[in-house]
Amino acid sequence: MIDIIMTSIITFFILAGAFLAAVSAIGVIRLPDVYTRLHASSKSSTLGVMMMMLGAFLYFWFVDGYVDSKLFLAVLFIFITAPVSAHMLSRSAFHSNISPYRMTVINELARDEEGAIELPNEPEEHEHKEDE
Amino acid sequence: MNTFLDVIIIVSIIILALSMIGMVYRMVKGPTLHDKVVALDAFGVLLMAMIALIAMRLDTTYLLVVILLIGILAFISTIAFAKFLERGVIIDNDRHYND
Repeated sequence: MIDIIMTSIITFFILAGAFLAAVSAIGVIRLPDVYTRLHASSKSSTLGVMMMMLGAFLYFWFVDGYVDSKLFLAVLFIFITAPVSAHMLSRSAFHSNISPYRMTVINELARDEEGAIELPNEPEEHEHKEDE
Repeated sequence: MNTFLDVIIIVSIIILALSMIGMVYRMVKGPTLHDKVVALDAFGVLLMAMIALIAMRLDTTYLLVVILLIGILAFISTIAFAKFLERGVIIDNDRHYND
């Protein structure tokens, strides 16, 4: 009985990891833009690899009786580094003037950076109006 | 039960290999250089899962150190590519570059 339960849990984790890897590959191929591709690859392949590591941990624990903490270390490392690398890549792409897809509705970073440049000029205009 | 798990592992290896071929397609064809770096990062992450599957298939635990090594190398290479594509240098001493 415990064989069936553990095998089904390991099967679920491994197949879910492979499914999320396939989803990330489809997203990287099909999406139109560097930012959307980054979204697909960063989120789903990270979760897929984490599920695959959990499946490998349970597999080695159940089949070989070997508890390996390096797999949890790999999960922790991916959990820390994947958002950092995705953020650095998207920031680099934005500052390299790669324009988003043409149907993008709102671009908040461009709006904020232009607003930060225009804000110091507004009080001077009011002062000039008061002087006149 | 072990034969069932072997079949599941081989099917997952095939699915991951096809996903990695898709990443290589985007790495070759990507319109900008950032697309290629995104595909390279995702390829490194998928390679970690592939090595975990191969370790399960071969029943060795010696390959599990390679997962950590590839994770560290993929992260450092992605950060280095991002900084190089943004500014043209990797290690910059000018901390007020954007001002």
